[in-house]
Amino acid sequence: MTTAPQPTRPEPSDGQPADREPILQVRGLVKHFPLTQGIIFKRQVGAVQAVDGVSFDLFPGETLGIVGESGCGKSTVAKLLMNLEQPTAGEIIYRGEDITKLSGRALKAVRRNIQMVFQDPYTSLNPRMTVGDIIGEPYEIHPDVAPKGDRRKRVQDLLDVVGLNPEYINRYPHQFSGGQRQRIGIARGLALRPEVIVADEPVSALDVSVQAQVVNLMERLQDEFNLSYMFIAHDLSIVRHISDRVGVMYLGKIVEIGADEEIYSHPTHPYTQALLSAVPVPDPEAREYRERIILQGDVPSPADPPSGCRFRTRCWKAQERCVVEEPLLAVPEVFRGTAGPAEHDSACHFAEEKQVVRPED
Amino acid sequence: MPERNPLDPEQGPIAPGGGYGAGMDLAASDADTLEYPESHGQEPGGPAGKPRSLWSDAWRDLRRNPVFIISVLIILFLVFISLWPGTIATQDPLQANLQKAQAGPEAGHPFGFDQQGRDVYTRVVYGARASVTVGVCATLGVVLLGSVLGGLAGFFGGWWDAILSRISDVFFGIPVVLGGLVFLSVVTNSTVWPVVGFMVLLGWPQIARIARGSVITARQNDYVQAARALGAGNSRMLLRHIAPNAVAPVIVVGTIALGTYIALEATLSYLGVGLKPPTVSWGIDISDASNQIRNAPHMLLWPAGALSLTVLAFIMLGDAVRDALDPKLR
Repeated sequence: MTTAPQPTRPEPSDGQPADREPILQVRGLVKHFPLTQGIIFKRQVGAVQAVDGVSFDLFPGETLGIVGESGCGKSTVAKLLMNLEQPTAGEIIYRGEDITKLSGRALKAVRRNIQMVFQDPYTSLNPRMTVGDIIGEPYEIHPDVAPKGDRRKRVQDLLDVVGLNPEYINRYPHQFSGGQRQRIGIARGLALRPEVIVADEPVSALDVSVQAQVVNLMERLQDEFNLSYMFIAHDLSIVRHISDRVGVMYLGKIVEIGADEEIYSHPTHPYTQALLSAVPVPDPEAREYRERIILQGDVPSPADPPSGCRFRTRCWKAQERCVVEEPLLAVPEVFRGTAGPAEHDSACHFAEEKQVVRPED
Repeated sequence: MPERNPLDPEQGPIAPGGGYGAGMDLAASDADTLEYPESHGQEPGGPAGKPRSLWSDAWRDLRRNPVFIISVLIILFLVFISLWPGTIATQDPLQANLQKAQAGPEAGHPFGFDQQGRDVYTRVVYGARASVTVGVCATLGVVLLGSVLGGLAGFFGGWWDAILSRISDVFFGIPVVLGGLVFLSVVTNSTVWPVVGFMVLLGWPQIARIARGSVITARQNDYVQAARALGAGNSRMLLRHIAPNAVAPVIVVGTIALGTYIALEATLSYLGVGLKPPTVSWGIDISDASNQIRNAPHMLLWPAGALSLTVLAFIMLGDAVRDALDPKLR
């Protein structure tokens, strides 16, 4: 086995041409939240290992979906990418610069190019600002982007782009529905014309009927502005719909990553297989014959994760080796050189292909 | 800037500035069809008019609010008689005519006389200055000091918060009356300022706690994270995002506290450590009159009525401002 995930490893297996330059490279990202005791004199009694060694690339114009159950560290990854939290270790390289080390003016400049869409449209818009002020705020913070007289026009253009009436500019967020609010949040994210948008569960707080609208809007905007998305969700079907590549997270680590067809139709990691087997199947006949993998037990505490493979406590394939040796995220040996769709990164000692969901017609 | 996408069926025509239909429920209009629903016929200037903000909207709202207008008129009147009491009360508040002690109203003395035969009407007018000064200055001091210290503690957290919270606990622990007796008995200055200073010293922790709590609540909202993700600095986050969303409880408690401070001034005066005669104040008169309530109720009713009206005016003002700053109530 290899010693460590190599930063410059080409990605031949996941549908991305190896010569494409990634726009964002994440290497060995770690975020531990200290657990402390005491009021004034705090002492550390442990750490919640929210994110523990996550590496991936984001290519221009693509959508990378990140899925995983609650508490697996997805949102922390988003916050780290936005520099809203300082990582414990690791680097996030944007245009050759490690943005986790930036501050002040340089950080502000990078923020222009990486923006975020938040999960909850009810708390992500300031209730005491008009829509015009909310979408116009990016221009106030970065005055060089738009001259003062031009801003109002730009805000109205943005409202139009996200499918809202430009005349709504003087209204307040509470006068809008959830879907409309999320569009306002997207318009704010677009205002500075960023290259990367980190969307942290952008539709999970919306009605199912509105989810599709917002996802379709995001897809349209991606084409229009050549955006790269990092799309975090726990809804596997939405991620499949929008993503080019998908990463599956479990307990602070990426366990499997690859092109969306590879992950959905040829998963090799047992956790991915279990996750996929839980996706509702619309066809009642197909539902009869599909296999449901029911995991035993709960997710272990991220403050005290299991040794070796983090999934071993719930894995039906777990053996002695899984306790001792941590599987690395790489193409498993069995599939190496097969050039098939199963040849993608998977962090499992006993990776095997298992089709859980029928391929999409 | 991006063009409208002609291929997209989602985009309807932009409604021209004219025809505003009757206000329709926006929540119902969130459909994929996106034929822009007509605007509310709310603003005559039309949406193409001036950009609006929270403050301009709040001001527009306040100007039409009768509660606001009445309370402002009362407060302006109080300020006026505090500055120039002689314009509506021509007599001397200190001139005593013992023959008339506790006598009821008569011609030229509509409110009657107090224990020492001084004209109650004149004393109520002249008393406004000291009482309003104590109430307003103590409230302003408490609110400014408390909300700045508490707000910063809530925003920055950490050791600053820990130290400040312990200090405010210490001040909380001092009983007001006992503290007043100790602090103010060593002061010989007979102006209102030692009393104001004492009230600010003991009052700020209350506002600081409230401000700290509401800032912590506001800080956790995603819109603050969103502002930071856009590159906003601390001052922008505090002033634009946190302060407007955290100020309501401070306003409410502050305006109610104003009445408490005027009453506290009366208590301290009664104990002989607050304002001292010959200073004229409602507090002194109320505490004098409270012994005579059965013999001469008018001595108590007029200064107490003036105090209640003042407190009411400020509470109404605070209420109106708080409501105007909440777009949801509009």
